[in-house]
Amino acid sequence: MRLKILNSGYSFGTKVLFAVIRAVSRYPLPDAAKLVFYRPDFYGSPMKEFTHQAMRGPSEWSVGDRELMAAFVSKMNECTFCIKAHSAVSAKAYHDKAKVTAVLSDLETAPIGEPLRATLRMLGKLTKEQAVNADDIRAVLAAGVSNKQIEDALAVSLAFNTTTRLANAFNFAVLDSKAFEAGAKYLLSRGYH
Amino acid sequence: MADFGKLHQAIVTRILKGEGMASPSQRQAAFDNISLEGALGTLIDKVARYSYKLTDEDVKAVKALGVSEDQIFEMVVCAAVGSATRQYDNALALLRV
Repeated sequence: MRLKILNSGYSFGTKVLFAVIRAVSRYPLPDAAKLVFYRPDFYGSPMKEFTHQAMRGPSEWSVGDRELMAAFVSKMNECTFCIKAHSAVSAKAYHDKAKVTAVLSDLETAPIGEPLRATLRMLGKLTKEQAVNADDIRAVLAAGVSNKQIEDALAVSLAFNTTTRLANAFNFAVLDSKAFEAGAKYLLSRGYH
Repeated sequence: MADFGKLHQAIVTRILKGEGMASPSQRQAAFDNISLEGALGTLIDKVARYSYKLTDEDVKAVKALGVSEDQIFEMVVCAAVGSATRQYDNALALLRV
């Protein structure tokens, strides 16, 4: 990563943990996971709690939907690491890679329901333009999305508008597809705790 | 049911008010993306508004000013959380009208 401290500024115990993870998973820990271990009391620990609730807490959105939202926000922020990581998780959760690919290629023609499409459209505008207006929110409600679902989607957006900025700023290493698949398996079984 | 407001506030309070190597005023300025000038202002503005444009040179320029990597880490985190927070608050406010 771009700061030396993020590559090697970890306690002995944390370095041992990284080595164990590498031995068990056969892949190095992705930079997104390493980051939350760096001075975790400052950022990583509270952020993990928020992210886990946003991505895996009770919601009418499925895990696949929320991971797709994460991938979509990542695309808006041009974060290759996060696009690949969360596309992989979403595709695995849905058992449908083509759906994820279609959404990221062309939201307007992708084979998804209108509530999800309207929500992604709003998150896309919020991410690209940094704000939405009342009409944008009304359009999502008109598509049949509940207030609670919009709140849940905004929580995903907050988590990934933060994480993509850090991934870009610190230059997270983009792994090969097998490593992202392994990461996706982990994130589906364990979440973001 | 998760209280996103409480969980979000916990992040914001910790990064702005808790112990850190950058001063609280520097961290607040990074969170708000205001009042920071020169290479540091450029770095923080990129994090907040177009992070994909950030380069190694941007970070080197800030380090050349004597800013430590831990201070950079903290201010970049504040800028990222701050920018995402403004979007979040904007949209939530419209939902709650």
